[in-house]
Amino acid sequence: MDRKLRVLIAKPGLDGHDRGAKVIARALRDAGMEVIYTGLRQTAEMIVAAAVQEDVDAVGLSVLSGAHMHYFEAVVDGLNTKGADDVLVFGGGIVPDQDRPRLEELGVGEVFGPGANTDDVVAYVRRAVAERRAS
Amino acid sequence: MKPKRQWLAEEYAEATAQHPERDAPFETLSQIPVDPIYTPDDLEGFDLERDLGYPGSFPYTRGVRDSMYRGRPWTMRMFAGFGTAEQTNQRFKRLLNAGQTGLSTAFDLPTLMGYDSDHPMALGEVGKCGVAVASLADMEVLFDGIDPEQVTTSMTINSPANAIWAMYLAMAERRGADLGKVGGTIQNDILKEFIAQKEYIFPPAPSVKLVIDTFEWGPKHAPRFNFISVSGYHIREAGSNAVQELAFTLADGIHYVRKALERGLDIDEFAPRISFFFNVHNDFFEEIAKFRAARRIWARQMRDVFGARNERSWMLRTHAQTAGVSLTAQQPLVNLTRVAIQALAGVLGGTNSLHTDAYDEALALPTEEAATLALRTQQVIAEETGVPNTVDPLAGSYYLEWLTNEMERRTLDYFEQIDGLGGVEAAIDEGFFAREIGDASWKAQREVDDKRRLVVGVNAYVQDHPEVPIQLVDPSVVEVQQQRLARVRRERDAQEAESALAELRSAAQDGRNTMPAFMRCAHAMCTLGEQMDVLREVYGVYQEPVLI
Repeated sequence: MDRKLRVLIAKPGLDGHDRGAKVIARALRDAGMEVIYTGLRQTAEMIVAAAVQEDVDAVGLSVLSGAHMHYFEAVVDGLNTKGADDVLVFGGGIVPDQDRPRLEELGVGEVFGPGANTDDVVAYVRRAVAERRAS
Repeated sequence: MKPKRQWLAEEYAEATAQHPERDAPFETLSQIPVDPIYTPDDLEGFDLERDLGYPGSFPYTRGVRDSMYRGRPWTMRMFAGFGTAEQTNQRFKRLLNAGQTGLSTAFDLPTLMGYDSDHPMALGEVGKCGVAVASLADMEVLFDGIDPEQVTTSMTINSPANAIWAMYLAMAERRGADLGKVGGTIQNDILKEFIAQKEYIFPPAPSVKLVIDTFEWGPKHAPRFNFISVSGYHIREAGSNAVQELAFTLADGIHYVRKALERGLDIDEFAPRISFFFNVHNDFFEEIAKFRAARRIWARQMRDVFGARNERSWMLRTHAQTAGVSLTAQQPLVNLTRVAIQALAGVLGGTNSLHTDAYDEALALPTEEAATLALRTQQVIAEETGVPNTVDPLAGSYYLEWLTNEMERRTLDYFEQIDGLGGVEAAIDEGFFAREIGDASWKAQREVDDKRRLVVGVNAYVQDHPEVPIQLVDPSVVEVQQQRLARVRRERDAQEAESALAELRSAAQDGRNTMPAFMRCAHAMCTLGEQMDVLREVYGVYQEPVLI
């Protein structure tokens, strides 16, 4: 049970703003996790396929284009369909407070906004994955 | 008077032994170390005429016009776009009524990536971070009631720039406007897309070829249009520091000049219409120095390296925008203060036009109230502070002149590195820019995380704040957009549309200038997606190597 945490950091859709995704990927990797970064322009199907194939513990979606509702929903649905509903889905980007309740309903974990501390993100992923493994 | 070094070693050392300096990073955001004071000792070899001169003359350190803001203030050009063409058209008109002096169009991601609003890749993105424009029909709605001969329009569009520009010009032609009088700017800077913003479609070589088509076509057919805005803004937003922003942007500009010369174009015909776009970030003096250094470096390159003889070829004219990346979601009203200070730096740097970010942009697209406040910030600087009353008021500041020199020196060092790699396109292939920017942004983030650099409301002076209202995009946008698209496809002359697309294909295949074909496609109501699909087939699509 002590295998390294595996995290997929994904950029769904057309948005090319990848500073945050890359910074988070680097922070998680430096914290000892195995990080797979998808690169840009991924469809929800591609992200789900990568998550299943790489057998990850968590998927972090980075969306700054306003298309977050569409992509979070599609990725969560996709993972559920593939029986990978134990995978933690979390995220980061420009997500208005109004949209957060719906994301919570979908079972999406924390969504970090601008100004988030990378240490907090690392600690969160560790804790949330541990909780999922325990349950 | 004793030399600076001696004063620091004696008086200053003694004073700080008693009252130590704060434990803070005394360096600019680009990690240039900053001394306690600057004196003439820091400007050894500085030549007033060679390095500074008068405004409106070489090397333009002090500005590109003699009278600068005494003649005419900078153009207040607020970037706007969301939802349907109708909604953005209304926002444009209200901004013009509020005293804005130029327009700037934000397109949605499907448009930026060359997809029609009904393409599967457009799902969830139509009208979200800008307005959707899929054909001339959208363009006509977008600029309804706005005279293209009177109002200059800037369009932030890159990979599909030729097609969108053609739609804008076709719109103007159909209204009976004289293209000789229609002014504006298309961003059309593909190199910084590969370096930073990542909205590329085709591989670098054909992408640059499309840009040079506009260099060739523009001066002859739309002489008042800036056919490029070489942009550092996005390089900075992707996490670079100020020196990298300056160096990579000017290196991109030089790359385009070289490519245009390779095609046999006359430098003094195209260079006067090359414009620039820089970020204005938090480090006040470094930002001012950046603009001054940019003008001086460009002037020297154009005159002394490329042999341009037309004075207008030497002038770096630039737009500026306050730093979106510096805005915080925490205590968002504090962003008003950040934006005001950044805007002031842009003005003191002598920018020719300016966009001020709205305070709510770390949360969503700006509300109308937030966008208006941002415009008012510029109006306060223009009307109430006295800053525009004298040209380049900070010239002669030992610190600022030293910092301007330092930015220039470090930029030239980067030029050498990039040339050593075989130029900008080779450096892109090699991952040089991705690495440089990735390392800088990582370093900056760690400094904030470790509280070595404080950000008000984020890692210092933290407190809860009330929610602010945000702009929501009406989900019915997609339907309006898709209906118009369907009507366009149904009602246009199908044969002419097909034949225009065939002309585009053959121009691309044969390496001819594509602009005449794009103009024909625009008039024929070919959609953006159709045109970009033709080029995708001819040129292929680019995928970047994944680097963390």
